[in-house]
Amino acid sequence: MTEIAPGSLADSNRLAYSGRALPPGVQGARARRLGWWYFTEHILRQMKGYGWPVLVYDVGQPLLYLFAMGVGLGAVVDANAGTIDGVRYLTFVAPALLVSTAVMTAAGEMTYPVMSGFKWQRIYYGPLASPISPGQIAFGHLLAVSFRFIAQATVFWGLMQLFGASASGWSWLVIPIGVLSALSFASLLQAYAATLRDEGFQFAFIQRFIVMPMFLFAGTFFELTAMPVYLRWIGWLSPVWHGTELARVANYGRELAPGMAWVHVGYLLALLALGLVLANRNYRRRLAE
Amino acid sequence: MPTVIHASDLTKKYGDFTAVDAISFEVPAGESFGLLGPNGAGKTTTMRMIGGTSTRTGGTLTVMGLDPETHGPEVRAHLGVVPQQDNLDEELRVRENLISYGRYFGLPYSYLRPKADELLEFAQLTEKAGEKVTALSGGMKRRLTIARGLVNEPQILLLDEPTTGLDPQARHILWDRLFRLKEEGVTLIVTTHFMDEAEQLCDRLIVIDKGRIMAEGSPRSLIRQYSTREVLEVRFGSERNATVVHQLEGVGERNEVLPDRILIYADSGEAAMEEVTARGLNPLTSLVRRSSLEDVFLRLTGRSLID
Repeated sequence: MTEIAPGSLADSNRLAYSGRALPPGVQGARARRLGWWYFTEHILRQMKGYGWPVLVYDVGQPLLYLFAMGVGLGAVVDANAGTIDGVRYLTFVAPALLVSTAVMTAAGEMTYPVMSGFKWQRIYYGPLASPISPGQIAFGHLLAVSFRFIAQATVFWGLMQLFGASASGWSWLVIPIGVLSALSFASLLQAYAATLRDEGFQFAFIQRFIVMPMFLFAGTFFELTAMPVYLRWIGWLSPVWHGTELARVANYGRELAPGMAWVHVGYLLALLALGLVLANRNYRRRLAE
Repeated sequence: MPTVIHASDLTKKYGDFTAVDAISFEVPAGESFGLLGPNGAGKTTTMRMIGGTSTRTGGTLTVMGLDPETHGPEVRAHLGVVPQQDNLDEELRVRENLISYGRYFGLPYSYLRPKADELLEFAQLTEKAGEKVTALSGGMKRRLTIARGLVNEPQILLLDEPTTGLDPQARHILWDRLFRLKEEGVTLIVTTHFMDEAEQLCDRLIVIDKGRIMAEGSPRSLIRQYSTREVLEVRFGSERNATVVHQLEGVGERNEVLPDRILIYADSGEAAMEEVTARGLNPLTSLVRRSSLEDVFLRLTGRSLID
């Protein structure tokens, strides 16, 4: 069999083979290396279309929480208890709110949009006919969403500074901590959403019985140890509690038991790794049908 | 011409069901090659195996000398794909769709920006460049999908049911665009269940049914081989068709009874009609037409292309 030499039919006046495109071999090699990034670009291009509403949401939501929980509830707590964990309530609760809102955003970004990619808008199927692979599509989508987490956490941290809610020079570390917490939840959710055929009760269930309990019972508003022992597992399992513990260390130097910081980081990384593996597998299966 | 696609005993099974049953074909560069068959014949599955997005159960397949299963990205870099169901990104603008898609091939923006403009002109969508995809008609979406498939300057364009769901005018515009690509030497692989589309677009085609190749050749040679020059269609009303048919024996070379009409295959439809009248039969309507691929399919499978 003879292979046509690339560009042998090239004619710069022709639409089909102008000869200006990269040779197919180079296109294939680039896609193998960077295909995931090309899909990230695509999702970011989509996000640009609704940039303003997202920005308003990402500024508005922290403001609401910081005023209500930090300033409002904080005034009550501080007046009665003095300090909590050695700091003002606002300083205690703000990093936890940052982690929680990041995880809530993960719940929004990796449920309906994933189903839409397979079912409604079908944007996963366009690139399938290009050189990029299903695994790259899965990872590219997660990476694009992580930019959203970074933007959101950065805005949140900036507002915390305006409210004077940080008591450490390392408080900026709440940004990567929040992003890691959100990603660990996002990757698992993405893997799960890729297995769903129809919009049933599942996403509403996740919202009500996984996301909300994590927000309420995973040490956001009070120490996890304030909960009865038989409810603490909610915190232990949830990325929110592990992220919150770390974020408090960054925000005001909370003291953890020796080695616990590594346990928290390790747990979040392990969830992320598991999510990545499962999402890769589930996208491959689903897109090969 | 060198061969761009070579399939030998290509097979795809889903459990007990055999979607593609040991088909073999070769496509030389620059040819317009068709896969004609009814829905469920295995055409789309074959297309997906060519692109390496579906694995094969047996046989060998090479595209530009490469195995799509092991060299998927390289094979797909040679291909432009126009799927049966449009999957444009409706959240992006028309021109953005082309640029965004071109990025999947690792193509730089300096190449993609002018290329997108050329493709929009080709697709007659220049004025729609900044519109949302949702604002396009069905025919425009199809042309945009074709333009998108050309963004990487592929040597082979795969078109899966390119005009299904389009009105006649939109179909003709689309065919015209595809002719232009053919003139430029692009190899077209077209699946269709429309005989007129196969006759319009294909130099050569295979007729597939239930995953097997029933016949292979140019539209003209297939018609010559499997049908007569003309066909006389007569209608006696749905109840009488079956009772009249034995009286029509021997009028043409052969007859086919369809639910609503009887087809009489003869070299001269006029002469056959005279014979029908001479036998004292007066059909409600009669029509003489040239044989088409529909007749070839009917002859080969005993069924119509469109159920």
